[in-house]
Amino acid sequence: MSGAALLSVENAVVDLPTPRGNLRAVDHVDLAVGAGKTLGIVGESGCGKTMLSRAILQLLPKKAKLSGRVMFDGQDLPALPAEKLRRLRGRSLAVVFQDPMTSLNPVLTIGTQLTETMQEHLELDLGKARQRAIELLAAVGIPAPEQRLSQYPHQLSGGMRQRVAIAVALSCEPKLLIADEPTTALDVTIQAQILDLLAREQQRRHMAMIIITHDLGVVAGRTDEVAVMYAGRVVERAPTPSLFKQMRMPYTEALLAALPKLDAAPHTPLPAISGRPPDPTRPLKGCSFSPRCRYSAGRCGTEKPHLSAAEAPDHLYACFHPITAGADA
Amino acid sequence: MLFFVARRLLYLVPVLIAVSVLTFVIASLLPGDLAYVILGDQATPENVAALRHDMGLDLPIWQRYFGWLWQILQGDFGRSFRTGQTVLQAVSERVPVSFELMIFAELIGLAIGVPLAIACAAKAGSAFDRLMTGSAFGMLSVPTFLSAILLIYLFAVELRWLPATGYVPFTEDPIANLRFMVLPALTLALAEWPGIMRVLRSDMIAALQEDYIALAKAKGLKPSRILFVHALKPSSLTLVTITGINIGRLIGGTVIVETIFALPGIGRLLVGAIYTRDLIILQGVVLLVAAGFVIMNFIVDMLYAVLDPRIRHGHA
Amino acid sequence: MATLELSLDETATAPPKRGRRLGTLFWVAIGWMLLVFAVAICADLLPLPSPTDMDMLERRAPFSAEHWLGTDGLGRDELSRLIYGARISLIVGLCAPVIGLVFGGALGMLAGYFRGRFESIVVGSMDVLLAFPPLILALAVTAYLGQSIFNLTCILGVLGIPAFMRVARAATLSLARREFVIAAQALGATHARILLRELLPNVLLPLLAFFLLAVAVTIVVEGALSFLGLGVPPPISSWGSMIGEGRESLDVAPRLAFLPAIAMFLTVLSFNLIGDTMRALTDPRQGAL
Repeated sequence: MSGAALLSVENAVVDLPTPRGNLRAVDHVDLAVGAGKTLGIVGESGCGKTMLSRAILQLLPKKAKLSGRVMFDGQDLPALPAEKLRRLRGRSLAVVFQDPMTSLNPVLTIGTQLTETMQEHLELDLGKARQRAIELLAAVGIPAPEQRLSQYPHQLSGGMRQRVAIAVALSCEPKLLIADEPTTALDVTIQAQILDLLAREQQRRHMAMIIITHDLGVVAGRTDEVAVMYAGRVVERAPTPSLFKQMRMPYTEALLAALPKLDAAPHTPLPAISGRPPDPTRPLKGCSFSPRCRYSAGRCGTEKPHLSAAEAPDHLYACFHPITAGADA
Repeated sequence: MLFFVARRLLYLVPVLIAVSVLTFVIASLLPGDLAYVILGDQATPENVAALRHDMGLDLPIWQRYFGWLWQILQGDFGRSFRTGQTVLQAVSERVPVSFELMIFAELIGLAIGVPLAIACAAKAGSAFDRLMTGSAFGMLSVPTFLSAILLIYLFAVELRWLPATGYVPFTEDPIANLRFMVLPALTLALAEWPGIMRVLRSDMIAALQEDYIALAKAKGLKPSRILFVHALKPSSLTLVTITGINIGRLIGGTVIVETIFALPGIGRLLVGAIYTRDLIILQGVVLLVAAGFVIMNFIVDMLYAVLDPRIRHGHA
Repeated sequence: MATLELSLDETATAPPKRGRRLGTLFWVAIGWMLLVFAVAICADLLPLPSPTDMDMLERRAPFSAEHWLGTDGLGRDELSRLIYGARISLIVGLCAPVIGLVFGGALGMLAGYFRGRFESIVVGSMDVLLAFPPLILALAVTAYLGQSIFNLTCILGVLGIPAFMRVARAATLSLARREFVIAAQALGATHARILLRELLPNVLLPLLAFFLLAVAVTIVVEGALSFLGLGVPPPISSWGSMIGEGRESLDVAPRLAFLPAIAMFLTVLSFNLIGDTMRALTDPRQGAL
């Protein structure tokens, strides 16, 4: 957690009151992203990764309670006055949501949705903003960008809409882009294109990026660092190469095993992770993954393992029985 | 879009025919005979028989219906046997009054309902929101004739600010016309705003939870822009729908309000025709009002299609 | 202006609050309704002066021991007229929606269950009925048919059929594809059995909630017609006709219009409150509506 980090999340806790009791969606999470770096946050649905991203963006539901610090560019976002926060959002902190079908306003044209951000933050006049919008649409690979400006979201395919959403996010040259499951709602054939587009633009614009996904395959090769989340906690965090070389946390291993492999024989059953994530309103005393973990033994059920480094200083994991080198995956 | 309009237009024809059949059937529910009503005291069996023959009342009902329909298609809706005025004359004299009243009322209703809906949606759950939704709910239980009485008592009897009854055409004296119109229009508006406010409010609350609002916030837009452009614009379609739904009630309310405030509109014509048993006028007015209602609904549908880009581009 | 931040996800908290708030009011509404029902049913047993006896010497008399709420423009006892008026409002207000409930409910269930051509015909004919502004149709029919409580009830009942049909059809449509219906079909149950034993109990609840709202609307429409002098024929007292008569003396005795007005408002509000609460209970996706 160097002081130079562009974004650092320190000890973030998100509590959501529900009719069934308090739901701890994010549980003492520490993260950091340096300028121009990429971080992948990986986990099953419901693990708190989306809540974490909303906490960073200060877009949590009103009832949700966030404690801890979210330092961005030297400012503590939760403590920032609404007006200052507004000038930061869209300007230096941008986001691409999961579903481009719902994240674009259905009754506003693409042009309006693109130019309004630039008019707001860059104080461009409409003509200049439109010119830039056309350039942006071309940059994200949309053919005939000029005609698109007067079109509505429903006239575009899902992949095209996500490209528009990316163009919106890039429009003010943000320092950090948060992509929350940017490809989950899209056709498989489009997914790689969108991810490559994000990676390319990230490189070109030297912005930092957080990719949130449930798919370890998405972060491999596209991120500098990976954080694996389970039940609201970060359970393993490491530079991407070292994580894929040797994952320590059985959950990470299970996530990887659940990915279909191209070289597997046809009809090989996927080793799904058995069981369900724990009920977040009824926290377990021990390791949250222990009921589903095949290595679970001894104190796993009674004591929470802490996220700590063992062999390498930058490879953190929270497990009493980490997978050791040479063990089969 | 063209296909959409054509399909809706085609649907209009059978509905209008059915409306004419129903109007005719209702008119033939009259116990006894129209001839007795027209002749009144002078009804002798010979007179009645002669008049029945003259009016074609001795023909079978379906013949009478087609005869009637044929006349209507030629623009002849009949003539009052009391005043000698034709239905079309009577209606066209009074339509402007009713239209002015309805438009005025709907505008006041929107002017009260829309800002309240936006304010409540922006602060959903607040004390203000609860107070306003509560009042709207209460207002829904106040019949038009009750608010009319209340307003007359307050503004005409107690405060003496406005006239309780009467009418001057707008072209003669615009100011006097508006003075006469304020209370009737306000009466109708009091029945309109709760519906407008409730529907628009819940629609906007739903819109404010959409992903695109979260994105608009993430884009750092001004709260006013998020509220008025990103949330209100999708919901404004709802306003068109509400207005469409309201037309039926508004017409009914117009009948009551025109009668109470003695405005010479369609509603007063209708009620007057009932009082004087001027059944030809009644039949013609009912048919014209129903046809007008069907056509207004059609226009609202079209307006909706024009406003919603998703329908406009054929993604119904 | 942090107001926008407040609104996100707010409806999730609103219903419980709303439920509690309606809770107290709900019981007050029930209480008022019971009171109105009780006096209307027992009107003949209560020690009341006749509602139609005129006393020309005591016109518009103020409140007194003899006439608790004074007398009207023809010297008739106001309280007695109010109570007998409640009878009319309740008879028409309850009987007319029953017609709508029975016919509309049956048509809607059959249409939603059998679909196909039958559904198109039902929906189409309801569209024709809906093509008339309701008050206009009611006025026209009473004008031709003649004023009587029976005619009035029938007309208002028929006018309610389309709305009940829609509620029943929507509920049936969503239920007809559910497992328990499909299971019954697979077990070889007859259509009649499925409709009556499986669907009816489930459709009845939303229908009954809607029934209460329809009662409120019917009381208002009956009031409007009587107010215009086109509802129940005189000298029978009805809240609507009392308000209409009271309007004439608004400057000298406003209470003659306002007493029945308050009675009517409270009754309509009670039915609306109870109906709305019931609807909220039967409709899981109850929004702010």
